[in-house]
Amino acid sequence: MKKTKKDQSEWDRRDFLTCMAWVGTGALWTLAGGVLKGVPIEQAARGAMGGVALGKGGLRFVQISDSHIGFNKEANKDVTATLREAVAKIKAAPEQPSFLLHTGDLTHLSKPAEFDTLQQVVGELSMPVFYVPGEHDVLEDDGKSYLQRFGKGTQGAGWQSFDQGGVHFIGLVNVVNLKAGGLGSLGDEQLEWLEQDVKRLTSSTPIVVFAHIPLWSVYPEWGWGTEDSARALAYLKRFGSVSVLNGHIHQVMQKVEGHVSFHTAMSTAFPQPAPGSAPSPGPMKVDADRLKKVLGISRMSFHDVNHPIAITDVPLEEEKKTAATVGL
Amino acid sequence: MRRNVTTAIVAAALVFGIGTLGTGQKSVVASAQEKTSTTEVKIDNFSFGPASLTVKVGTTVTWTNRDDIPHTVVSTDDPQMFKSKVLDTDEKFSFTFSKAGTYPYFCSIHPKMTGRIVVG
Repeated sequence: MKKTKKDQSEWDRRDFLTCMAWVGTGALWTLAGGVLKGVPIEQAARGAMGGVALGKGGLRFVQISDSHIGFNKEANKDVTATLREAVAKIKAAPEQPSFLLHTGDLTHLSKPAEFDTLQQVVGELSMPVFYVPGEHDVLEDDGKSYLQRFGKGTQGAGWQSFDQGGVHFIGLVNVVNLKAGGLGSLGDEQLEWLEQDVKRLTSSTPIVVFAHIPLWSVYPEWGWGTEDSARALAYLKRFGSVSVLNGHIHQVMQKVEGHVSFHTAMSTAFPQPAPGSAPSPGPMKVDADRLKKVLGISRMSFHDVNHPIAITDVPLEEEKKTAATVGL
Repeated sequence: MRRNVTTAIVAAALVFGIGTLGTGQKSVVASAQEKTSTTEVKIDNFSFGPASLTVKVGTTVTWTNRDDIPHTVVSTDDPQMFKSKVLDTDEKFSFTFSKAGTYPYFCSIHPKMTGRIVVG
């Protein structure tokens, strides 16, 4: 889609550019003219960003990811407790979200007891939950047990779409039928479905895509990417605003490419190292007092189709005010 | 007998590839030692070690997962020669190779992880 003068003035892009730094405790992610920008929370809260500061009403939702229920190694011996804290964080918000997205790796080993625990803890929230599976959720019987529990209303391996508040949400599955030497994969059947799914939409419809493995090339050496994501993004090219929400890498990362903004959420279970900073992407053990600062949730809000989506990454435990580290 | 043929082929390849007989012979000796001593593949840091293992016909190869993350050992041949269940930390999988050949495999959860067993 071509950039137009209208886009520029409509979203007052220059104002956003003046606010691009973000603070260690979290950032307000605003989608303006299809471009995601990080702004300090305090600044946005003061209303310095004009219409971007959050008001009452609008569409609110939360993303959580990578709960890994069943994991019990050094990096976090009680992942159920940290998931509970994430749920408590969601409950405690003064304005409740309409629904929850879980971007996969609900469990560690796809065991029935692990799914039970996940459902029990997440079930404490009185809101709809939309899931996509991570590779850890489809370890047994080709993902059948995942689909039995979470596949209602979905297609194929669990992909789905729905509309909320004028936004079109698309949940994609990129963790099945993986090929030796390859990355995450969507596959022909799902891609054909996606092409049909978005055909009826006008180009001004905001799109939110959620999937487990990042749909952009974060670090292919560790398998952090999806081999046929370019085809999916090609079908979404004509849309003015596309936000892609992923998990899998257990850390916040973002990228903007044209009108598409990519964002990954923290895990609720354990952190993983920054790309290439360790011999492997395995669970990273951090000091006990750091753990809850690198686990967390992402809050999203959307006022109406003419206003940007805002993404706030909220750790289970806030950094001290003086700490200016990003925490990765 | 079969081993001798394989050794000859490996030696010839090395001689042609590297161009010096001395280097070629040295490598063949190392490879022959590996054949008799190693029947284990360790999964560590999201990789198979050794990534390529040469064994004699009839050898049982055992994979052990030493990572904090589950892995699998899945043949990429069609038809599939072997497929482990999901291996959690310290779990093992064994397979006996009764025919000569090269058997590529990967972790179906982390497909970047690949390896092969060469049976001679």
